[in-house]
Order: sequence, then structure tokens, then C-alpha cells
Amino acid sequence: MATLVQAVRMALHYGEEHLGVTDIFGEDVGPPLGGVFTATQGLRTAWNSPLDERGIIGVAMGIAYAGGRPVAEIQFCDYGFNTIDLLKVAGNQRWAGHGNYDMPIVVMTPSGSGIRGSLYHSHSFESWASRLAGWKIVMPSNALDAYGLMLSAIVDPNPVLVLLPKALLRVRGEQKIPGEPEDEEELKRMIDAPVGDRTGWRPRWPDLKPYFVPLGVASLVREGTDATVVSYGRTLPLCAQAADQLRQEAGLTFDVIDLRSIFPYDWKLISQSVLKTGRVLIVNEDTEVTNFGEHLLRRVIDEHFYDLLVRPRVLLGKHVPGIGLNQVYEQNTVPQLPHIKRAMHAVATEEA
Amino acid sequence: MNKPVTPRGVELIPSPEGNGLVTAVREVATGGESLPVGRCLEIYRIMVRTRTMEERMIKMSKSGEGYFWIGGPGEEAFNTCLGLQVKKGCGPDYDYLHLHYRNSATLVALGMPLIDGIRQMAMTATDPNSRGRNFPGHFCRKEWNVVPVTSVIGIQWVKAPGTAIVQKRHGGDGITIVTGGDAGTAEGDFASCMIWSTRPGNELPVLMIIMNNGWGISTPACTQHGEKQIIDRGKAFGIPGEVVDGNDPIPSWHAIKRAMDYVRTRRRPYMIEARVSRLYGHSSSSGALRVKDEPDCVELFEQKLLAVGAIDQKTIDRTHEEAQAEVEAAVEQALREPKPAPEDVEKFTYAASPVDAVYPGDYTGLP
Repeated sequence: MATLVQAVRMALHYGEEHLGVTDIFGEDVGPPLGGVFTATQGLRTAWNSPLDERGIIGVAMGIAYAGGRPVAEIQFCDYGFNTIDLLKVAGNQRWAGHGNYDMPIVVMTPSGSGIRGSLYHSHSFESWASRLAGWKIVMPSNALDAYGLMLSAIVDPNPVLVLLPKALLRVRGEQKIPGEPEDEEELKRMIDAPVGDRTGWRPRWPDLKPYFVPLGVASLVREGTDATVVSYGRTLPLCAQAADQLRQEAGLTFDVIDLRSIFPYDWKLISQSVLKTGRVLIVNEDTEVTNFGEHLLRRVIDEHFYDLLVRPRVLLGKHVPGIGLNQVYEQNTVPQLPHIKRAMHAVATEEA
Repeated sequence: MNKPVTPRGVELIPSPEGNGLVTAVREVATGGESLPVGRCLEIYRIMVRTRTMEERMIKMSKSGEGYFWIGGPGEEAFNTCLGLQVKKGCGPDYDYLHLHYRNSATLVALGMPLIDGIRQMAMTATDPNSRGRNFPGHFCRKEWNVVPVTSVIGIQWVKAPGTAIVQKRHGGDGITIVTGGDAGTAEGDFASCMIWSTRPGNELPVLMIIMNNGWGISTPACTQHGEKQIIDRGKAFGIPGEVVDGNDPIPSWHAIKRAMDYVRTRRRPYMIEARVSRLYGHSSSSGALRVKDEPDCVELFEQKLLAVGAIDQKTIDRTHEEAQAEVEAAVEQALREPKPAPEDVEKFTYAASPVDAVYPGDYTGLP
């Protein structure tokens, strides 16, 4: 099975061949490197930009004004903070000109912890991004969703931010990308650039098929009755794992919702599940003060206060200035499996 | 009898009555450069109409017919010459305009009816730039490649290379024109524009225009900038440039023409630094009071046209009266037009999407 980053690369290839993508660009995005995480190796329209995040976002907007369909990469979301005003403006262009200019840009950037990235390669971005009205924001937690969400991001004529969970980029999917070969070693030979000299290397792309994960549609990855868990990105597989363990160990079952789209989020699925269980836990790793999960908590309280059996709760990253390199820091700053399992057990078993 | 002195561009021709020679000016000159009288009168009329519109908008900001005012009195000479020379149209075959908020004369020269500037000031639903959403002078006209003007200083410098990338790839002679004030060149985005426009092998058709009025709101440029000329910063990137008296349409016209010819044909960047005035301060936030100690390009051009006999006082008076009447009629009409309604708040947030389950059309409130 393809890894998440291979799925992104195949989606970008499909995008440039079939969906009108004109430019895939950013720092080290073009040859020879093809992206620091290899997301853009071998792509026909990939090119290297100056080391200038503001330039990358501004140029993406300019290309879109003139009819192009760019996919721009910010190498790590930690380096996107100096573009926040441009992101805001990209989100308002259609509104500001009352429909004169659409802004069909895709910005992709690795987000979150899990690669021992210390202070400047571990930050999360979704809570900041969720304040950018006019944008749509997605974050896949597996390879097939990464493929389907990227294709949707490309087709959507509005600015879409694709947050890629760093920790999961090398994780293989459990479902095949439509068109990928049976043998994962064969896929590697076909589309992964060789280490060393790549001058003569060209990818051999599989005959990929379209697959769209619609924006705003979450995925119910585990079904149960004892509580609802809402997550996405790196923490999602941990929630699913915890649910499996708690089913075995304690006979507890959970609805585990992979949000996939941060905005628009699938309120219908969350709402139905909360009505069913009366218990809800929201898990993500962004810092806890003014976290996007708090918005979901607000919706839950506003609309389901009288449906809840116990207090709704969140499990989030600590409000500290960074994630330290020594793993003691990381393990105790952002939610890990034991924290998640404990919180899920608590929300499911607290006396109503 | 002394031989009559004939300034450059002025010819002596026989009077129609056959009783001697009268002067009939064909060209109006500044130094070694000149423009035909017809062109000068066209420029002059746009300058006066724009100035009259802006001054009425300042009144609106004080009378409650509008709120905040910001605009371009003092930049009319240069900006008119810019607008008249733009290759006007929609799409990469035509020039893209990444303007700042003092470019009203450029829009009027492109053909914007004055009422469209007034409508934005009056925040009407008919405002074609922003449906009453944005400050005055924050134009957006897709049919003329005028991308939305923002108040955020300098960001146009990083968006401009994007349209130019598409134009260079597309072929043709369309160029990207980006304008900003002198103070805004301190933003890193100005350096970004030079870097992105001169990537070796990927040089871009970008005309960078700096409107140097010597101010950043209340801060004199000379207290913050050590460089003598802003265009000197282009030298490191091999970007040619020139400084021009932006208060005089004649050298402004020719500087713009030289720059456009270069960018259109060479497909590389060029820089113009126009020295201009700021005749009503930064905006209504600083009172929008008339500044007396900076040259007024409209007055200077009138004097020049009078001095060489290209216009008479009667025509000057009539030009002002006509502009006044046009603006008053525009204000009267704009104030009668519909305002945005509460249900407009969310409109035009999203374009319709075939892959969005929550917002297949526009934004409609929380999911």
C-alpha cells in the first residue's frame, strides 16, 4: 500500500494531468529534491522557489488571478506564520470583490508533532487556520483520504489548506489508491526518486483513477455506543487504537470520528453521534488555549447541552511555547496513546 | 520689431483672417520631451475630474455621507498617464494592475465613470468594486485586470510576480504593473518582488512603480530611509529604472512609455520612482486637510497649458464646472441607490464547488 506522502504525490500527478494544476511550487519542491518529505518528486509542473514563504503565498494568489491553478507548499507549517496576513487576504478576495475574483489555490504544509522536530518543526496550524474565513481546511489521517482530499482541494475553486500530519507521512494505508499497483515495492520503484544522482530519473506513474473525498464529510472509523471521540490527523489513529483496546479490555465501544475536514466540519455526523452517546471527547494536538476543538465544544454545548450525560471534554496540546527535543517534552506536551486511552475511558465511564 | 519667441512645440501659423501670425500650439513640452495638445487636454480633463471626485469624497467623509476617506490627490498627473497607456482588458493577454489606494486617476483614465468611485465611498450595493464593503480607492475590476486593492501595505509586491509568471508563459505582450508608496518599500515584500522577478532564466514582465510622496502617514521618509533613490535598490538585481517628476504629466507619460516598451518587449522588470505630492495628508484619519506647501499637479499643468496657449481660462473654468456637475449628479444618484442588506453579509464568500458537501454554493453560516 502507498504511504500517505506517496498518495499526496500521486494526487498531485493526477491533478496536473487531469484537473488543470498548472504550478506545484515552493522551497525545494522541484528537482532534484522533490520536497523535503518527497511529496513532489517527479511532478511535471513542480518547481523550486526562493526561500520566501510570503512570496510563495503571494505568487500563488497572482497565478490564480491570471487563471492558473497552483498548489503551493510551505515546507513546514511552522514557517507559515509570517504569511498569516496573506492567507487572510487570499480568503477574502472573492468576498472583497463581491465575486469578481475566485481564489482557486491549494496550500499544503506538514503540520504537528511526531518526527522529533523540536521547537520549529512540531507546531500545529489548524487552530490558526480555522480563523481564516474564506478558506477550507482539511487534514487527512490515512493515505487514501490524503489522495481523495487533495483531489477535492484541487477541484474546489476556493483557497484550500491541506495540512499533512508529519507523523503519518510515511505510514502505509490500509486501502489502495485507485490505480496503484498491488506490490508496494513496485510502486516505490515506479515513483520514488533514487537516492543519489537523479539526473536521468523519470517516474513511471501508475494509471491513477479519480477518487474524491468530499469536503465537509467526516468518516466514522469505529462505531460504538459508550462515547463519541472526535479527532483528525496524528491523533486519529491513536483514538482508533485506544477504542480497539478499550473494547477488548473494558468492553467499551466508541464512535470514533475522523473529521478529515476542519472547515467545513461535518456537524451532522458529530451531532448524530452525540445524540446517540451523550458523551463526547475532542482530541487534537494543537495548543489548548483558543483551540479549534473548543469551537466544536461550543457547538456541542449550544446544541446538545440537555442531551449530554456527562460533561463534554477536550484533550489537547499543552499551552507551552514549544515542543522540546528530548522526548520527555514531546511525550508530555501533546496527547499520546496512554493519555487518549485514559481520557476515553473516563468520558465513557463517568457516572451520569 | 522683435522676432516673436516661440517656445518648443509652438508654431506660428497664419491667422484665418489673414492679418498676421497667431500662435497655435501643437505640442506641449517639458525639457526635451513633449506631448501633442490633444493628448494634454485629455490628460488634463481626467486629472480635473478625478480631483473633483476625490475632493467631493473628502466632503462626504466629513458630512456623514461616507466614513473613511483615502485617495490620490497629488498623484493624478502620473496615474492618468499610466491608465491611458495600460493595455486594457481581461486575462493574461492584457496588463494586470496591482494598485495601491491612491490610484483613482488610473481607474478614471481606464474609463471608470466617476459615480463608481462615489458609490464605493457611499457604500452602496451598486458599488462595482466591493458592494459597499471596502474603503474608497480600494478598486477591483476584473474586466480590466484590476485585482482587489488592499489596505495591507506592500502585499501587492508579492502577488504581482504571480500574474507575470502566467503572462510570461502565456506569451503575448501583456505585462504586470504594480504600484506602491515609498514607505511600503521598507516591507520585505518589495525585496521579494525584485527577487521573484529576476530569477535567472525566469525573469518576469513586471513594471514596478513607486509613488514617492516622501511620507508614511506622519513619518517623513528622510527620517527612515538612507537610500537616495529607491530605484537604486533595483541595481543589485539588474532592474533598470528612472526617477521622474510625477507632478508633470509630460515626463511621466514618457517614463511610463519607455518602461512599458521595455517590459513588453524584453519581458523583464523595470522600475519607475515617481516623485509626487500628497495634497490632503494620509487620509481622513489625519483630517484630510489641504496641504499648501507641496506642488499641485493640476494647478501646475493648468499654468503650463495656459502659458503656451494650449488652453484658455474659459476652457479651464468650463472643465472644472463640468467636472463639478458630473460629480454632484453622481453623488445625488449614488445616495439614492440601494444599500447592502443584512442578508448580503455572507454572500460571495465561496465560489460554488462540486466537491463540498456543506457549501456546494456560497457560505451559509456555520456548518
